[in-house]
Amino acid sequence: MSQKHLHSIHVSHYKHTAGCATEVMPIPDVVKISMSQHIGAPCKPLVQKGDYVKVGQLIGDTDAFVSAPIHSSVSGTVKGLEEQRSAMGGTDTLVVIETDKKQEVYEGITIPEANDLPEFIKAIRASGLVGLGGASFPTHIKFNPKNIDEVHTLIVNAAECEPFITSDHRLMLEDAEDLIAGCQLLMKFIGLDEGYIGIEENKPDAIEHLDKLIASKGITNLKTFKLQARYPKGAERVLLYEITGKTMNAGEIPAQHGVILSNVTTIAFVGQYFRTGMPLIQKRMTVDGDAVATPKNVMAPIGTQICDVIEFCGGYKEEPKKILMGGPMMGRAIFSDEMPIVKNNNAILAFSKAQSLVKEETGCINCGRCHQACPFGLIPTALAKAYEARDAQALSDLKVMQCMECGSCSYICPARRPLGFMNKLGKAVVKEAGIK
Amino acid sequence: MDKKTYNNLLVSSAPHIVTNMDTTRIMMMVLIGLAPSFLVSIYVFGARVISLTLVCAVASVFFEWAWNKLMHKKQTIGDLSAVLTGVLIAFNVPSGLPYWIAIVGCFVAVIVIKQLFGGIGKNVANPAITARIVLFISFATEMTTWPAPRMAADATSTATPLGVLAEGNAAELPTNMEMFLGYIGGSMGEVSAIALLIGGLFLIWKKIISPIIPACFIGTVFVFAAIYYGATGGDALHMAIFHVLAGGVMLGAFFMATDYVTTPLLPGGKVVFGIGCGLITMMIRLWGQYPEGVSFSILIMNCLTPLIDSFFQKRMYGGAKKNEK
Repeated sequence: MSQKHLHSIHVSHYKHTAGCATEVMPIPDVVKISMSQHIGAPCKPLVQKGDYVKVGQLIGDTDAFVSAPIHSSVSGTVKGLEEQRSAMGGTDTLVVIETDKKQEVYEGITIPEANDLPEFIKAIRASGLVGLGGASFPTHIKFNPKNIDEVHTLIVNAAECEPFITSDHRLMLEDAEDLIAGCQLLMKFIGLDEGYIGIEENKPDAIEHLDKLIASKGITNLKTFKLQARYPKGAERVLLYEITGKTMNAGEIPAQHGVILSNVTTIAFVGQYFRTGMPLIQKRMTVDGDAVATPKNVMAPIGTQICDVIEFCGGYKEEPKKILMGGPMMGRAIFSDEMPIVKNNNAILAFSKAQSLVKEETGCINCGRCHQACPFGLIPTALAKAYEARDAQALSDLKVMQCMECGSCSYICPARRPLGFMNKLGKAVVKEAGIK
Repeated sequence: MDKKTYNNLLVSSAPHIVTNMDTTRIMMMVLIGLAPSFLVSIYVFGARVISLTLVCAVASVFFEWAWNKLMHKKQTIGDLSAVLTGVLIAFNVPSGLPYWIAIVGCFVAVIVIKQLFGGIGKNVANPAITARIVLFISFATEMTTWPAPRMAADATSTATPLGVLAEGNAAELPTNMEMFLGYIGGSMGEVSAIALLIGGLFLIWKKIISPIIPACFIGTVFVFAAIYYGATGGDALHMAIFHVLAGGVMLGAFFMATDYVTTPLLPGGKVVFGIGCGLITMMIRLWGQYPEGVSFSILIMNCLTPLIDSFFQKRMYGGAKKNEK
């Protein structure tokens, strides 16, 4: 396969924690488990104040199609429900559980059995799995596309192109068996002929480890696929193009191109779930940033407050000014370190004031770096001008809707213009104007 | 619990890191790219090169500072673009030019061409090129009094190679090697092709400029001259090299026609821009009133840039053309 590449940029990797084996965090005194940890309808809490819950017990669910159930990550007593302003600006319901640290496992936990696709999908839904790469789209929907007869290829997104984050890297070294088992389950039940695990070439040990394991199991239709260590190779549409050469437009899903594309952690969880039967209750994440005393990879129960995770990493070295959930390119800045971990967290980055200052914006010098950086060849500077004029037609003509908000243009802009953010706002302008 | 928590963190849009290559560093890189030519010019024309360059740089920065002050705008002199404009003006005039005329040039460039159009990034024309043209037309005598290079022992002023050619004294032309090294009369910073080439290649290597415009510009001049002299019975190769080395082609192609603000953004547009500059330069040189046409060619192409840019909307990801709905 002759490889074609989309435009990309070089971003310093800052993978300080690549050599840090995952440490399991002790159970905190309190966990706060959010009822909206996925795209779609929030879950309704199934427990009330005073209830005793056990590890893996269902505590939130809904009948809505686009949703995923939520399980307790600890054993302990429900202290009550709390409302919290979410990082998205809405309101979340949190189930607050005071832990007894006994970690008693819920009696209902059994290793799932699946003989056909509907049973497999049912098990996936019951596990509470969502897209763990960041999108948190309920996985049981993704694995069951309308055109399931036409999908033939599995692509595992293990690029991990975000700087700082090494949790996927650690997963591939530590839980490779689960990953391979997950791939095989998917390929078996969905009926996929071949699979590729796309990994950036800055993780040679992970590639080698997986290659050996795949060979030792005699698997022939699953391969690792080496990607350039450039940003944003782990974006869904970029990865699809790099591996299959197929062009996927905004608004399409990989299944339309015959591909099931999922994050490496998501698929490894499938393998783990069919091995243990334990729903999604804990998450591996990279804790880093110049304000953190001891950067580490941590396995934390879902619902752990960020301040507790940081405490486990030696606390703050300096006063934090900015804390990110996710990587520095696409991660979300949160306003409080009391927010709890949710399913799709793969990193917590805490930065000091010196690293958090927003650079002052200056005039565009028309250098064209944003255009050269854009994987899709958009012209962010022209889009920004159209946005500033609130010209919905021009925005649409310049294909603002194709933008995936990877932030490469903002990163590269020598005038420090927030181009990616303006694209995000520009999309809203187009939607408001009703231009198709 | 005595745990200290933080509830007033900074929230901003992603990405949360940026490259360290900002506008100031870009301008600094271009200044470094001009350094080899500057050093050769000092060697060829003497100390006045230094004082003239300093006067132009200081005057340009002062005009930008004063404008921002008077207009209550945010101060922008820190981005070094005014320094660069000043240095480029010095490079584009004879080293013996009276200081006050050079300062008038800086005023035209910074105030009239740049600030009146809205400051950095908003100007239509290249400030240094336009200032050169304004000075050339307003102070024709001073702007064409070329101090002799130190190699010409018995003269105080000389003619540029293109001037000699326009007079029809082909026999008195310097050799191509003399022109390549810069031992000729001419504007302060344009004489040494090798020094400008080194600076230009440095900028291409550092990815500050794209090679498209210089390649198309210089290539067009070369091909045009070769065809013209070939067709009129001259020494095609010799004259083609002569035209590339003479006058402002090297300085213009690498440092003026690559100014981001006033040249096309997309690669296709850059090709058109470079070829257009080469064609206009050669037409003026061969058939025009003036011996040299680089400045005019760049200014004309600057004015066409918005038009060129609107023609070249690259095929974007998705395979659909821009206007397909």
